[in-house]
Amino acid sequence: MNIPLSELKNGEGGIITEISGGGRLITKLQNLGIVQGKKILKISGQFMRGPITVRIGNTTVAIGFGMAQKIILEVAKK
Amino acid sequence: MKKILLMGNPNVGKSAIFSRLTGVRTIISNYSGTTIEFTEGYINYKGKRDKVIDVPGAYTLEPTNEAEKVAVEMLNKGCDIVVCVMDATNLERGLNLTLQLLKRRIPTIIVLNIWDEAKHKGIKIDIEKMEKYLNVPVVSTCGITGEGIKKFVDRLSEANISQIEYEEKAKWTKIGEIIENVQVVTHRHHTFLETLGDLSIHHIIGIPIAIIILYISFTLIRLIGEGLIGYVTEPLFEKYWMIVLERISYFLHPGSFLHSIFIGQLIEGGIDFGQSFGILSTGLFIPIAAVLPYIFAFYLVLSLLEDCGYLPRLGVMVDNIFHKLGLHGLSIVPMLLGLGCNVPGALGTRILESKRERFIAGTLMAIAVPCMAQIAMIAGLIGPYGAKGFGLVFGTLFIVLIITGVVMNMTLKGESPEIFIEIPPYRIPYWKAILKKLWMRLYGFLKEALPYVMLGVFIVNILYTIGAIELAGRIFSPIVTKVFGLPKEAIGALIVGFLRKDVAVGMLAPLGLSFKQLVISCVVLAMYFPCIATFTVLAKELGFVDMLKSVLIMIISTLIVGGLLNLIL
Repeated sequence: MNIPLSELKNGEGGIITEISGGGRLITKLQNLGIVQGKKILKISGQFMRGPITVRIGNTTVAIGFGMAQKIILEVAKK
Repeated sequence: MKKILLMGNPNVGKSAIFSRLTGVRTIISNYSGTTIEFTEGYINYKGKRDKVIDVPGAYTLEPTNEAEKVAVEMLNKGCDIVVCVMDATNLERGLNLTLQLLKRRIPTIIVLNIWDEAKHKGIKIDIEKMEKYLNVPVVSTCGITGEGIKKFVDRLSEANISQIEYEEKAKWTKIGEIIENVQVVTHRHHTFLETLGDLSIHHIIGIPIAIIILYISFTLIRLIGEGLIGYVTEPLFEKYWMIVLERISYFLHPGSFLHSIFIGQLIEGGIDFGQSFGILSTGLFIPIAAVLPYIFAFYLVLSLLEDCGYLPRLGVMVDNIFHKLGLHGLSIVPMLLGLGCNVPGALGTRILESKRERFIAGTLMAIAVPCMAQIAMIAGLIGPYGAKGFGLVFGTLFIVLIITGVVMNMTLKGESPEIFIEIPPYRIPYWKAILKKLWMRLYGFLKEALPYVMLGVFIVNILYTIGAIELAGRIFSPIVTKVFGLPKEAIGALIVGFLRKDVAVGMLAPLGLSFKQLVISCVVLAMYFPCIATFTVLAKELGFVDMLKSVLIMIISTLIVGGLLNLIL
């Protein structure tokens, strides 16, 4: 099942299948190691479409909600 | 002499290594973007002397912010050796930049820093294999304690041009391949610090944590600042310096020109450190006795917050609020720096990506974030009225910050980018690093403030003597008396505020202002214009046209807020 990172629950994870944005967004995310095929774990999300914090490898990154909507993940079906 | 560039991702410890190599003191913290300008130093080894440059951190050589631009420019200017500093706990992310650097075909040596923490976290890296893969020497270090630095210096001359080849498209596959082969991570349980790290960005638990940390921080600053003034600096001045000054006063004859310059006016027959306004009386009292204790307290607390790694987390927690102001959460970092002194605060806005954000952040700081020197003086002036005065002055400034930010966000063209920052792991602050940083900042303050405050006091005396303040008072009296409801003598403080805000606030003391007038004058002094040091830096950061816009916003909002306060209070 494919869903955007923004819809993930805290503590859930998935594998990045697609970054549905322009080249600039892809490069920007890539600089912090957020690339296709990586496992990503959501740690927290702030209220009112606030930033979402994820762990990828050993790095913890806070991502704005809008950007998180463009990161598409494959998650295990419940 | 060779030129050596220290490059790497943000927050991998380049500055700590730089400091170890060159002995040059630099500010080191636990968050991305501490170094925003390059610092130069020299290293002596094997009888040679080479130049080392500490370059701001970059994730990529295709710059996305001002700090990265500086880094790439440094690299493009050419150098003899690149020291690529990597975070051993974050090898994968670091390799992206490392591969880009290696492709430049400059002699390179890699430093795997934060090695101690990697060991602790169960990360094992095969250094020999890594050297084979990357085709350059690799050395492990711990920059904070200095472990491994000697070995690194010994191998510095081995730096060579890597022959590594990879397709740009296949870069991440290549990185994955390297990681797979050189790194082994043994699984282990969450440590206490990691759990705490996750809790402090939790959408519910994070809020009380932020409030508690901020409350403790500001209470600590107040207690330490007040305590030092009451028990140390004031008694020292009253007991010892007073005796010296009384001798000088007697020698210079009260009433003479020299007496009024050095000692100032006698208040009820004696010297008053707050009101006499001589270079040696008030001119020394303000920076050392009244302001320094607060500067010490502020930077002690700030350094602890910086080094443990809380600030980026606070940035995440306040992101929503800052979005309304056209900024994102990380802007809290330059704002907090600005609370110490607006100059590093203005420079700190470079970690923000867009020009729009830097304009908003710089303008908001100049208007509504008073520096610690000014706050200390306001505390001394309005403190006797208790929490009411404090609440009125800082409450007003906070409301101004929000309203001005919201208005700028609505009227300025463009949109501000979203937050996208790395959250560093919590680290126990290393006390030696804290003390070093604290000393640098205190020394920096004294070096900047002492001469300027004394110059300020000197100018005040000259301006009074030649009647310039009275003249200005007559010209601007419609604004000062009608709009702000202040006596026309207050114009003197507004003039000196261009030079130093702390001296300006100090000038209000002898005027015998009412409570209402004190509140208004403190708010107006904070808002109307930045001090000359901040102005210079801001003008350089924003450019001439934007600075003009910024100044206009400052003046207009001061007139509105000062006038409103005069009507309401």
